[in-house]
Amino acid sequence: MADSPPGPKPIPSRRAFLRAGLAGGAAAISGPALAASADPNPANLPPNVADWTRMLGEGVAVRAYGKPSKHEAHIGRRDVSWLTASPQSSVSFTPLHEIDGPITPNGLCFERHHSGIAEVNPNDYRLMIHGLVDKPLMFTLDDIKRMPRVNRAYFCECAANSGMEWRGAQLNGCQYTHGMVHCVMYTGVPLKVLLNEAGLKANAKWLLMEGGDAAAMTRSLPLEKALDDALVAYRMNGEMLYPENGYPVRMVIPGWEANMWVKWLRRIEVGDQPWHTREETSKYTDLLENGKARRFTYLMEAKSVITNPSPQAPVNHKSGFTVLSGIAWSGRGKIARVDVSLDGGRNWRPARIDGPALDKALTRFYYEFDWDGSELLLQSRAIDQTGYVQPSKAELRKFRGVNSIYHNNGIQTWHLLKNGEVENVEIS
Amino acid sequence: MSKFLKSAALGAGILAFIAASAGIIAAQPKSPANQQATSTGKAKPLGIGRTAKPEEIAGWDIDIRPDGHGLPAGKGTVKQGEAIYMQQCAACHGEFGESAGRWPVLSGGADTLASHDPVKSIGSYWPYASTVIDYIRRSMPFGNAQSLSNDELYAVTAYVFYLNDILKDENFELNAKTFKTIRLPNEANFRDDDRDVAEKALWRKQPCMKNCLPGEAKITGRAAAIDVTPEPGKGPKVE
Repeated sequence: MADSPPGPKPIPSRRAFLRAGLAGGAAAISGPALAASADPNPANLPPNVADWTRMLGEGVAVRAYGKPSKHEAHIGRRDVSWLTASPQSSVSFTPLHEIDGPITPNGLCFERHHSGIAEVNPNDYRLMIHGLVDKPLMFTLDDIKRMPRVNRAYFCECAANSGMEWRGAQLNGCQYTHGMVHCVMYTGVPLKVLLNEAGLKANAKWLLMEGGDAAAMTRSLPLEKALDDALVAYRMNGEMLYPENGYPVRMVIPGWEANMWVKWLRRIEVGDQPWHTREETSKYTDLLENGKARRFTYLMEAKSVITNPSPQAPVNHKSGFTVLSGIAWSGRGKIARVDVSLDGGRNWRPARIDGPALDKALTRFYYEFDWDGSELLLQSRAIDQTGYVQPSKAELRKFRGVNSIYHNNGIQTWHLLKNGEVENVEIS
Repeated sequence: MSKFLKSAALGAGILAFIAASAGIIAAQPKSPANQQATSTGKAKPLGIGRTAKPEEIAGWDIDIRPDGHGLPAGKGTVKQGEAIYMQQCAACHGEFGESAGRWPVLSGGADTLASHDPVKSIGSYWPYASTVIDYIRRSMPFGNAQSLSNDELYAVTAYVFYLNDILKDENFELNAKTFKTIRLPNEANFRDDDRDVAEKALWRKQPCMKNCLPGEAKITGRAAAIDVTPEPGKGPKVE
């Protein structure tokens, strides 16, 4: 299973984990956010004046490359060690409950590697385009950076996001249930511009995209998508891509599963049929209940999740005005609307979308209400511009069974308890 | 700078100037970045990049397709593959392809795909033989990728097919010609994405807003009950 993180699979190791957990007592319920609220220091509070108000602080350029406050140092990507055989072929999750707005900070974008991070020297970076082209070409990084470029914000979601939840509630935290998604502003060259340099032969129909990592990760891409909105990107949020996200060059395939967004891109071959690589046959195909499987299920369908409150982000006030916040996205285009339910999907009301609701990008929503302190079953439901309505988990299972691993876009339920804690539940 | 680029840059500059002086937002000027290039390449190339030499392509072009396109020269038997497999693969994948720990299973799992514990091995699930040799060639052995010679590649691939009862004769020699005779049993059980049709009911003109489900919601499962959530502080350290 080293390469399919999310199946709720490994019964033996999970049982072992369970035993270990039970032996260690029930320390799991209290989330990190509860631990974060320490008692204030009266010396810093009025009428007293804090040190930081009286004394000089560090000068400029001491922090040549800025990073978050030391008080935010607990925020980071996390992995689930029992999922995979080795950290080089594994995944770490975005802490969705610790960020707001539609854009993910570069250092928090989830990671998925198949053979670890390739540390590519930009001087030795080469991109090769060959196959059914008039002229096979080789590009340096400088060549790519010389080309006309565009800026586009897109969500990037692993097809296995929420994959552990097909058979029921498993992990307490939206970081783990939904954290294989991020959204950054890419700068890159439209793939069609690069292909136009090489010139496509008339029988060109498919592309092979290959990474320069030790898995030489490969996926086939239909030419139609390549000529539509695919990008060869080298920047995220203005910075050069981070090594863990494909430095110096990666594919961006808007709205489609993240496995196709080949990192450390080294080669594009043009062909007339798909290659049926390991990642598009043995993995990233969706096994249905009857034992047959869907392939080429590229598109990520409309989905949403409430990020706050959530198990790692409990409510720290007993009742009163409460902001519920979350993200929604769709591989088919823009998010048209998000609804929220406080009673487990019996009644819904529209949430407020705030900030840009861009094509195939994370879209932030809020729902403000007066919490009376009673237990709630929180849900969100995304509706995209095509009229597709995010299904309940029960509906999704009716169509697909529970063996799919991939493409679980069912509605998530959080149980908000009276004490403000939140748990991941399944409901009738 | 090509003439085309010069005029594009000039054009963009003029547009920006007009927009600024008129206090309006100009329409997006045409640039090669938002051109409607077609497969016939109607847009004029920028002339960036150099020709890739055949020997450069040969060094990186390692993919192998189901129709045999890309199969390298070389050969190896099941028997020869056994020795390589035991030395280079068995530690993770198990002596019989049954897998050690959480490493991928290679064999077994016949008739499990419709069960509650499907085992997706090469023999039970993978549709194409070419995927096996392509994948071994590009990324195995794990941590020492692209180290096998073509003869070793054919031999160890043959042994993996043998572990799956796809090859039964240990003297069978796998090469570019014999490779094309191999079919995997599950090939017919894949179909192209049909979610748009099969799940058409999920497009709804009026999503229900009131009293959408009968009775009060009851909790039927909780993550806490099987708690496998990593504890805070585990996972990668953040400086």
